[in-house]
Amino acid sequence: MTIHSERGSAVPADDAAAVPDAAGRFGIFGGRFAPEALMAALDELTTEFQAALRDPVFTAELNELLATYAGRPSLVTEARRFGAEAGGARVLLKREDLNHTGSHKINNVLGQALLARRMGKTRLIAETGAGQHGVATATAAALLGLRCTVFMGEVDTERQALNVARMRMLGAEVVPVKTGSRTLKDAVNEAFRDWVATVEDTHYCVGSTMGPHPFPLMVREFHRVIGVEARAQVLELTGRLPDAVLACVGGGSNSIGAFHAFIPDESVRLIGFEAAGDGVETGRHAATVTGGSVGVIHGMRTYLLQDEEGQTIESHSISAGLDYPGVGPEHSWLHDTGRAEYRPITDAQAMEAFALLCRTEGIIPAIESAHALAGALQVGRELGPDAVLLVCLSGRGDKDMHTAAAYFGLMPEDDAR
Amino acid sequence: MTATVKAAYDRARDEGRAALVGYLPAGFPSVDGAIDAAKAMVDAGCDVIEVGLPYSDPLMDGPTIQDAVHRALTGGARVADVFRTVEAVAATGAATLVMTYWNPVDRYGVDAFARDLASAGGAGLITPDLTPEEAGPWLAASDAHGLDRVFLVALSSTDERIDAITQVSRGFVYAASLMGVTGARSAVDTGAPRLVERTRAIIDKNGRDLPVGLGLGVSDGAQAAEVAGFADGVIVGSAFIRRLLDAPDARAGVEGVRALAAELAAGVRAGRA
Repeated sequence: MTIHSERGSAVPADDAAAVPDAAGRFGIFGGRFAPEALMAALDELTTEFQAALRDPVFTAELNELLATYAGRPSLVTEARRFGAEAGGARVLLKREDLNHTGSHKINNVLGQALLARRMGKTRLIAETGAGQHGVATATAAALLGLRCTVFMGEVDTERQALNVARMRMLGAEVVPVKTGSRTLKDAVNEAFRDWVATVEDTHYCVGSTMGPHPFPLMVREFHRVIGVEARAQVLELTGRLPDAVLACVGGGSNSIGAFHAFIPDESVRLIGFEAAGDGVETGRHAATVTGGSVGVIHGMRTYLLQDEEGQTIESHSISAGLDYPGVGPEHSWLHDTGRAEYRPITDAQAMEAFALLCRTEGIIPAIESAHALAGALQVGRELGPDAVLLVCLSGRGDKDMHTAAAYFGLMPEDDAR
Repeated sequence: MTATVKAAYDRARDEGRAALVGYLPAGFPSVDGAIDAAKAMVDAGCDVIEVGLPYSDPLMDGPTIQDAVHRALTGGARVADVFRTVEAVAATGAATLVMTYWNPVDRYGVDAFARDLASAGGAGLITPDLTPEEAGPWLAASDAHGLDRVFLVALSSTDERIDAITQVSRGFVYAASLMGVTGARSAVDTGAPRLVERTRAIIDKNGRDLPVGLGLGVSDGAQAAEVAGFADGVIVGSAFIRRLLDAPDARAGVEGVRALAAELAAGVRAGRA
């Protein structure tokens, strides 16, 4: 059931669809822990999504938009000067930052927005952390003439103010969420609260491979194009498969998109890099798989940051897009089955890699993606110069200039110091 | 002997009225304050009490319950406080349920939670984010410990879903009167009577004896009377919390709650007049 067959699917459709099962379970993970009021809508969404994927008119329209609007296929760029710092490994960047709206998020959003229109919905809602998914959703809503409301934690509206303006410019309503930790998890809560009251005319365009079934499956399928393209591109460029595919993991959308086509390729290591904030040992982090335990959050069973009584522990990361205490259930499954590994990257390690990519390659990455780049420095040094590393550069860093300028002291007023 | 929800509904039916079900989260405004308020609710006519387990991510709750739960958690409310509250409220003779999101139960251990709830005198659980599809361990634990399990039906539920939900529900089935989160509303949704009617028809078809309680949005005696006209039970939550939030001190809060419970108790009696 792959959508993006024109570049050749990496794995047979049936194997790719082995998980989740019909109940949305990836082993013990996933499922559907949702209010009854949403169950009919989730059932309808599951049916419509599966019908859409079998409908050549739908897939043709999606592929057309991906090619002529989003800018797919995205490039693969070899980062030679950066690779020299990564133990001399060949580092190949999958340039999702070059997509329209500046990140991988547009892949999923175009799919879900077309699906929403097909279901007769007239309004999209979304949660956003860094604002990348919110901007992508606002963009798709503008393109398809749908109304749009984006929920964003108040803390995130402050650290990503420019993206708030971008969403409003695109015609979306942005609602700052003032409850709880005022970050991404609270934005998800608020989006669900809206959806339960508006489900008749509204589609909740979930921004990561998270939430109740069918969202983790659907978002994966819409992002699968990343790995399908990259696999063919790496083969063409190097004549072989990469030794490892590296991506940052918050909710886990760009990483599942990058990993999925490589799952049957046993020689290819899949490595996700979680946000370790100040360090996992400090308790101020967002490294869910590394530092969390299994429970239920936002409609799914998965690894999450929780205390001994099951209360969610607030996450911390310099990157708003990774600042989430849960993770998509398929990542929990890939971790427990041993098919993928997950490592923590601190704020400091991510910012070092951020600066390094800027100065060695002339590419300003999103701080989220800088976690994967920091991972490439580690893995490259471990594997040495013969290694080929595919790194998902999930987004561009323009939105992070405020944070980076403050972190590195780059503003004119810093010159006096 | 733990008072059962079924007995409370039966007594109300025998008296020709609807049952009155009141909700308060444990630990709000304090653990003892919540116990005092719940006892006042029982005194003034609540047949069943739902003790809320405060949870960090209450995604089915509106601003009023979010506020109360946040205060309870900030005040240090723990699962042990929930059981202590259940024990104190159940000691009044009122059937006492715990309303909880699923993760705290999952984390505690489903069977251990059921065991400790039963030994505190609790009658069962209301589970707003657990549907029968994911409820396997809870069905087993509630059977093992003789607890009621209250699942929800919604305006959007298909007949097939209502059938599956009512088949596994025990005590009563919670009909959510509107599409939305908890919180007081000025009018009862026009779809609510139809939902109760559909649910009853399916329960009858299956030859089961399961009362239908209706909640979400009910805030005063007139609405309680209206709902009592078509449902077996009237469930009120946010309006009680509002009284506690708006009161100048704890004592006034308890009296406010008592007055509202009395008004609602009169309402559930007037509804079938």
